[in-house]
Amino acid sequence: MNQSFSIPAGDFSHAGQAASEIKRLLKQLNIPPKVIKRVVVALYEAEVNVVAHSFGGSISCTITPEHIDIVVSDCGPGISDIELAMSEGYSTASSEVREMGFGAGMGLPNIKNNSDSLDISSSEQGTSIHMRVNFKEHTP
Amino acid sequence: MNSKSFHHALTVREDLCRGCTRCMRNCPTEAIRLSHGKAHVNPDRCVDCGQCMDACPYGAIVVEQDDFEKIFSYNQRIAILPSVFIGQFADDIPENYIYTALRDIGFTDIYEAEFGVDILKTIGNRFSTYADDKPVISTYCPAIVRLIQIKYPSLVKHLNLLRPPVEITAMYIRNKLIDRQIPPEDIGIFYVTPCAAKIASIKSPENPDHHEIFTGVINMDYLYNLVQKSIAKNKKLLAKTARFTPIPPLTPEACMWSLTAGESSTVPGRTLAIDEIHNVIEFLERLENDEITNIDFLELRSCAEGCAGGVLAPGNRFLAKERLTHRSQHMREITPEQQTMIRRQASYLVKHIKKERIEAKSAYQLDDDIGAALKKMDRYLEIKKALPGIDCGLCGAPSCHALAEDIAKGHATVSQCVVLRLRSITQRDDIHKVWGDTLDR
Repeated sequence: MNQSFSIPAGDFSHAGQAASEIKRLLKQLNIPPKVIKRVVVALYEAEVNVVAHSFGGSISCTITPEHIDIVVSDCGPGISDIELAMSEGYSTASSEVREMGFGAGMGLPNIKNNSDSLDISSSEQGTSIHMRVNFKEHTP
Repeated sequence: MNSKSFHHALTVREDLCRGCTRCMRNCPTEAIRLSHGKAHVNPDRCVDCGQCMDACPYGAIVVEQDDFEKIFSYNQRIAILPSVFIGQFADDIPENYIYTALRDIGFTDIYEAEFGVDILKTIGNRFSTYADDKPVISTYCPAIVRLIQIKYPSLVKHLNLLRPPVEITAMYIRNKLIDRQIPPEDIGIFYVTPCAAKIASIKSPENPDHHEIFTGVINMDYLYNLVQKSIAKNKKLLAKTARFTPIPPLTPEACMWSLTAGESSTVPGRTLAIDEIHNVIEFLERLENDEITNIDFLELRSCAEGCAGGVLAPGNRFLAKERLTHRSQHMREITPEQQTMIRRQASYLVKHIKKERIEAKSAYQLDDDIGAALKKMDRYLEIKKALPGIDCGLCGAPSCHALAEDIAKGHATVSQCVVLRLRSITQRDDIHKVWGDTLDR
C-alpha cells in the first residue's frame, strides 16, 4: 500500500499533516500504539525538516504486513555534514525558525531513535531520507 | 467486538426515529449508521457522550433510567447530588426548598457529589495524580475515558487512576454508615446524573466495583421534575418550614469542580482545560503526535461548560454556571470539625483511592489481521478517491470516508452513494446547476 504527500517549504502551520494521515491509516491496520508513536514522531520530525530547511519536498510511504518504509526527499540545498547533523543539539536552523519553536537540533536524532533503519543521502540538489519502522514490537 | 465490556445508556427508539441523519452527522466517533430508515449505534464506538440526543429533534434517542421506586427498598436512602443540580433552578427557589423537597420525595439524606473534593483535600493535603505518563489526563468525565480507550489507545497510560470525587463521596458515606452498625443491605446510595456517560460507566461490567459503590442512578431531568412538582405543591409550607440543608456544606473549590477549569485550577503545574468533545478530539490528535510537551495536567470534558452542559441537565448551561459561581462566593473553607469527621474514614479511603488500570479497546481497525487489513485498506483508499467527498450522509454513513471504510469492510456497497447515482440520470442539466462539476470528479 502506497501513500504520497507533498510538503511545501516554509509552511509550519501544516507540518504534521502527513504524520496525522499515516497515523490514522496505521490505526485502521491495528498496528500496536507504541509502534504508531514511533512512526508518527519520526515522520513529523522529517516533515518539519523539509519545511524548515529545504525548498520543498515529498513523502512516500509503503506499508507491508511487516513494516512501513518512508522516503522523504526534498530539492535542496542538502546537508553539508550528515554526521554532525546526526548529533543531538546540533542545528543549522535560522533564528526565525527557532523563534517558532523548531530547530532544537533533535530532528535527525529523533528520527534515528524512532526508526529501525535509516539511510540518508544528500547533495546540493537535495536530501533523501529512507527510514523503516518494523511493526513487530521491540523487546528492549 | 468489545461490546460486552461496555454498557450503554443511550438507545434509539425506532418508533420515533425518522432517519433524518442529524445524530449520525453529529456523532464524534462515527458510531452511527442508518439502515432501513433508522439510526443504529455501533456499541464498540459509542462513548455515551449524548451528542446524538442533543441533535435529535424527534426525541428518538433516550437514556435508560432506573425505576425511581427502587429507592424505597432501602432503609437509608442517600441521594448524591452533583452541585450543578442546584444550578438548574431559578434564583427565586432557595436552596433549602430544593433539599427539603428531596426529603419529601423520599430521600433520607442528601450529599453533594463534590464533597469528595473536600475529602480528597483533607486526607491528601493536595490532589495526587496516578499515571505513567505526562500530561496526566483527568478521568472525571467517563465519556472522555471511553473516547481515549477506543480512539487513542496510546494515551491510555496518561489517564489519572485517582478515583473521581463522586466515587470518593459514595465510598465515604457507605463506610460511615457501616461504622454506625447499619446493615449493608439497608444502605441505598443513588447518584443523580447529569449525563448518559456516567450511567454507562456506573453500570459497566468493566467497573465491577461501581456496583458496590452505587446502588442505582437517577436521571437529573426526572428528579428535577419531581422536585419542581413538590415545591409547587408545598410552597406555602416550605416558606415556613424549609430548613434542611445537606451536611457538610461544600467549599467554593468543590462547588465549582464540575464546571470547565474547576478541576484543572486545583492541580499544580501547567494545566489546560478543554470542553466539548469535538474540541477534545482535535486536541488529542495533537497530543498523540507528541506535539504537546509542556503541559502537566489536562482536564477534558465531553460537554460544553462541563457538567452544567450535561444532556440530562434541563436548564441552560450558562445560567447554571452563573448560579454556581454566585453560590460559591458564599461558601467557606472546611472547618476543623469537618476535617476530624472525614479523617475517621481516611484509612479506608486511602486504601481504595485508586481505580483499576484502564485498558485500550481500539475500535477503528479494518481487520484484526494486518494482512487482511492491508487488503481492505487498498480498497478503502481506492473507493475514497471515487466518492464525491460531499459528506451528505444520504448513503447512511456519516461521511464519504466512513462509507469507503464500510464498503472495504463489506458492510456497505458503492451503490449506496446517491451522488454517484445522480451522475447517470437523465436530467443531468438540472443537477449540474446545483453541483457544477462536483459530480464529474
